[in-house]
Amino acid sequence: MIQPPPSGPVPYARELAHGLLADMLRVRRLEEKAAELYGEGKIRGFLHLYIGEEAVAAGAFRALTTGDNVVATYREHGHALLRGVSMNAIMAEMYGKQEGCSRGRGGSMHLFDARTRFYGGNAIVGGGLPLAVGFALADHLQKAARVTACFFGDGAVAEGAFHESMNLAALWRLPLLFCCENNLYAMGTALVRSESQTDLSAKAASYGVAAKRVDGMDVVAVREATLAAAKAVRAGEGPVFLEYQTYRFRAHSMFDPELYRDKAEVEEWKTRGPIHTYSARLKAQDLLTEEEFLALDREAQDEVRRAVDFAEAGTWEPVADLARDVTTPAAP
Amino acid sequence: MTKISYREAMRLALREAMQRDSRVFLMGEDVGRYGGTYAVSKGLLEEFGPERIRDAPLSELGFVGAGIGAALGGMRPIVEVMTINFSLLALDQIVNTAAALRHMSGGQFSVPLVIRMATGAGRQLAAQHSHSLECWYAHVPGIRALAPATVEDARGMLWPALQDPDPVIIFEHAQLYNMEAELPATISADISHARLMRQGRDVSLITYGGCLGKTLDAAAQLAEEGIDAEVIDLRVLRPLDTDTMIESVKRTHRAVVIDEGWRSGSLAAEVMARIMEGAFYELDAPVARVCSEEVPMPYAKHLEDAALPQVPKIVAAARTVCGRAQS
Repeated sequence: MIQPPPSGPVPYARELAHGLLADMLRVRRLEEKAAELYGEGKIRGFLHLYIGEEAVAAGAFRALTTGDNVVATYREHGHALLRGVSMNAIMAEMYGKQEGCSRGRGGSMHLFDARTRFYGGNAIVGGGLPLAVGFALADHLQKAARVTACFFGDGAVAEGAFHESMNLAALWRLPLLFCCENNLYAMGTALVRSESQTDLSAKAASYGVAAKRVDGMDVVAVREATLAAAKAVRAGEGPVFLEYQTYRFRAHSMFDPELYRDKAEVEEWKTRGPIHTYSARLKAQDLLTEEEFLALDREAQDEVRRAVDFAEAGTWEPVADLARDVTTPAAP
Repeated sequence: MTKISYREAMRLALREAMQRDSRVFLMGEDVGRYGGTYAVSKGLLEEFGPERIRDAPLSELGFVGAGIGAALGGMRPIVEVMTINFSLLALDQIVNTAAALRHMSGGQFSVPLVIRMATGAGRQLAAQHSHSLECWYAHVPGIRALAPATVEDARGMLWPALQDPDPVIIFEHAQLYNMEAELPATISADISHARLMRQGRDVSLITYGGCLGKTLDAAAQLAEEGIDAEVIDLRVLRPLDTDTMIESVKRTHRAVVIDEGWRSGSLAAEVMARIMEGAFYELDAPVARVCSEEVPMPYAKHLEDAALPQVPKIVAAARTVCGRAQS
């Protein structure tokens, strides 16, 4: 049985309250369009949608600062966008155009952006975790008051990389925020079918890492928990593990026939959908009107349209440049 | 001039790097308190402290990946992996992240990481501590692979490796740590080229790492038989210095490649292919190779010896390509 939908007052002023909604709408509309473009053959390779999980990225990124490092997974369109990578550059990357944020070399799974300290876009499950330990170690050694936020899914906790990284971060008391997005399925394998211990916080606690379980469908809960965790990490209290309990409404990727879960389960989780439940709460406390909702949604859709235009107008990198960026060119 | 060991030369290089650049730190299993598995880092903990001479738990995947992250985060890490066999636990981070990151980020991020690891056989350590898998790494675009085979290179290669903006792996053959030699007045900082170790007219013996000494011994023996062998130390396994090997073969018209890796899919195979591509019409005989026998390394001394390239095998191969009858 799943929990009732997120409810209760939203403790934010209008600007932040609307900002969080706008963030989720931007991710949702971007990805709905991406799925459509996939069907048209404009986007190829793998495309992993975040639809249903938007509250996690929206809440978490409103709790981090621009100086922090972010390491994400292959389901990272939302993370890149809400970190501040332009939708144009994300869409162009999915198109494979050289105007993309990785020059078309990465695609959907490998979005990168130096300006916003967005370090991928990692398609090896758990692969970002050791990397994040290294960022946090560099900050520790350089005495930088910076948090490294590392996103990963429930599937990653079965990897050795997860356990090695938890141990290293705890052993060295590194400024690392473990952001586990538990959507209950590692591709098609349910958590109960892959983990002997399904309480993921218990795994973190076994390494002496402070752990907290958060309703990942509630953008307010996500932001508040992430703010508190980031504050502790920044204060030098060592790593913190957050388990955001969330749910993916769409298939794992565009090749997934979803044989492993009941449609009824998906429908039940949709009653906890992060956008409509949050909108309803805002409306209930007179922080949002239907007109305002529609205006925010229209803005998101306009942004998506501009991004598609940008990607369509983008250019293919000349094949003559194929071997560039394998190694760093010598300084002139 | 006093002689120093390969181990001491590497330690001098580490100390110099730590002194010259505060971003440099050494991380790995037992590099600190223990003093390094092969005693390379002995004394450095006392000199530089535990933050910069950082003992890591047995988690190769974790701490190699952490080295990548630290390099991206502004440091200049040197990660020591105890042996090349153990480095397979970190292969994912090295191949899928360190080597690929610059390219898949569209050129946004370089990974200035140096990984050192011991490689090779000869100490009866059997099938999980003895292999020579350098060519696996030399296969991967985005990595520079170095094999210091001399005391000079043990001293000289680390600093330029740290100046490389991309990941560099340094393979230290475990049999070399006790080797002693005098350091030249000027130490080469070249990490791009092979080196002619011995000039000769009759055959090019091309090798690297732990087989260099055996190959030079073979060349000396061949000289007594009237075969004048040239010896080339590849030094850099990726990117391979094709020009030096081709020029040598154009002089000698014959070549034998000596490689401690297994024969199938070996670095020797790549060198032979390049000679065929670049000097086919210069050849007076098919190129030969001496590699390890295709067995997991056995423990028993006589079997281990039989599995590895040895001086008599190199001599015999050189005689054959020179058209000499076997004595």
